[in-house]
Amino acid sequence: MTSTTRTEVPVPAGARASRPELPGGRYGLAGLVASEWTKVRSVRSTIWTLVVTLVLGIGLGAIATATTAARWSRMSVVGRLTFDPTRTSLTGLLFAQLAIGILGVLVVSAEYGTGTIRATFAATPRRPLVIAAKALVFGAVALVVGEVVSFVAFFVGQSLLTGPVPRAALGDPGTLRAVVGGGLYLLVLGVLALGIATIVRHTAGAISAFVGVLLVLPIIVTALPSSIGNSIGKFLPANIGVVLLSVQPQANSFSPWAGLLLLCGYAVAALVVGTVLVVRRDA
Amino acid sequence: MIEARGLTKRYGAKVAVDKLSFDVRPGVVTGFLGPNGSGKSTTMRMIMGLDSPDEGSVTVNGRPYHELPWPLREVGALLEAKAIHPGRSARAHLRMLAQTNGIASGRVDEVLEMVGLAAVARQRAGKFSLGMGQRLGIAAALLGDPGVLLFDEPVNGLDPDGIRWIRNLLRSLASEGRTVLVSSHLMSEMALTADYVVVIGRGRLIAASAIGELTAQSARRFVRVRSPQIAELRAVLDGEGATTVLEDDGSLSVQGLDEVAIGEAAAAVPVVLHELAPQSASLEEAFMDLTEESVEFHGDGRPRAVTAPEAGR
Ligand SMILES: Nc1ncnc2c1ncn2[C@@H]1O[C@H](COP(=O)(O)OP(=O)(O)OP(=O)(O)O)[C@@H](O)[C@H]1O
Ligand SMILES: [Mg+2]
Repeated sequence: MTSTTRTEVPVPAGARASRPELPGGRYGLAGLVASEWTKVRSVRSTIWTLVVTLVLGIGLGAIATATTAARWSRMSVVGRLTFDPTRTSLTGLLFAQLAIGILGVLVVSAEYGTGTIRATFAATPRRPLVIAAKALVFGAVALVVGEVVSFVAFFVGQSLLTGPVPRAALGDPGTLRAVVGGGLYLLVLGVLALGIATIVRHTAGAISAFVGVLLVLPIIVTALPSSIGNSIGKFLPANIGVVLLSVQPQANSFSPWAGLLLLCGYAVAALVVGTVLVVRRDA
Repeated sequence: MIEARGLTKRYGAKVAVDKLSFDVRPGVVTGFLGPNGSGKSTTMRMIMGLDSPDEGSVTVNGRPYHELPWPLREVGALLEAKAIHPGRSARAHLRMLAQTNGIASGRVDEVLEMVGLAAVARQRAGKFSLGMGQRLGIAAALLGDPGVLLFDEPVNGLDPDGIRWIRNLLRSLASEGRTVLVSSHLMSEMALTADYVVVIGRGRLIAASAIGELTAQSARRFVRVRSPQIAELRAVLDGEGATTVLEDDGSLSVQGLDEVAIGEAAAAVPVVLHELAPQSASLEEAFMDLTEESVEFHGDGRPRAVTAPEAGR
């Protein structure tokens, strides 16, 4: 500090004009939610991932159902007995889950990728609030889209089952649970993807991790000896998804609601870890 | 008002900002000067609460940034150009920021008008030129009508018109009583804009003073002398303890004696003088002097405008 000099600069006359009064209170979740809603609406990638979610969920379900109906007369007895019309019509959701997961990732990673996250954290420095607002807004979108996909896929699928092929109605035991569960499954998986993105930050890395959990882990588990595979397979998100979409009970699995609860636990854990990291790390 | 006290930031073994203390006062433009990599951007991110300091602290209007109740209404910043989603319109970008701090949406159109982007407000920002991106960043900084403004290298990539526009904007913001901190690695730019400068090198404070004082203190003050008997005069001046350098154009640069002492010494011999002209260093040279030891990335041979005698410091 020896070479340091300090001199007072005269402040120009009139320069001390008072600043406008700040309103009372403080920024909060309501403003952040409005802001996140604007963010989601104002980029095309959102619209596209949602369109892809709808097309995959409804379209692939319809194809799977129509194929089964066409093959019915040639199907084995076992095949006919284990046929679950609800689950078959919801098959597309197992593909739609990838699209909704990508949207969940983008909600966070796009901000890091473009540098907008600095503007966001400068505007609202309480970072956990930012993550909460993102999860709330994305969650609301994912829930609406998930339930729409699930119900539409169910009704389209059932309308394609004609003649001797058994059909399901919402009033049948376990059917409403499976259809509602399909939408909830998309919601919770999407939030899990969002949580992974808060940990990983990069779009490609987060999507790889998400896809790895959904598609690669089941392959690894299948390769294990069945004694081990059977006992850990039921913890996999993909397995929980199949249970949720099925009316008939599945072997070596949790019950649908226990599975959903576990999946919620994964999503919350990813969000909590991500939030802790986001608070600690420099933006 | 910004007050930094002992700010320190390390990246691994590297000390990017080193016990930096300074004040930025309202009503004047304060230049934040330093060579590339000296820690200007890092310091600004710490002011904004984006990076946390390893030691020390910084307050804005007397509070740490994260305690501000309405951050955008108190502090506006342009930190990096084009930090915006390429698929989002300028208007949507500003709108989503406004909503977080309860700023009326009318203000979004107002600032777009102010920076001259009203006509392209609904276009995707990915198509914006560097200059347009810079203007959008400035619109975002002005959004909350804040009393404290930070600009990190705002003239980067701008054409002369854009540079003049920013210069006038900074001056008028300061004249309205706002606190304005603007970083640059170009002293010449600051000379036209800033009233006060904080100079850093390798993360350390080198000087904080009014811009005029910086040149006055510079070791590069010297007197240019011309004479038909230059060799004789030089011997006399050397005898008086001055440092002299004979320039290519035949003039003699004298340091260590002022023009009065040189004139009297010449008269005593006597030696005829054709020129006796005190030279003060340009701001650019003052800056070079100040940061000489702290420049991290030397080019091979920096051009010097004047070959002045080496300062004995
Ligand atoms: N996130 C980071 N990780 C590691 N090192 C960093 C990081 N950010 C900055 N640095 C280092 O800290 C030093 C200061 O960088 P900074 O960007 O603050 O300098 P600057 O004065 O803004 O330079 P410029 O004039 O080039 O913009 C540099 O040596 C830089 O390499
Ligand atoms: Mg910089």
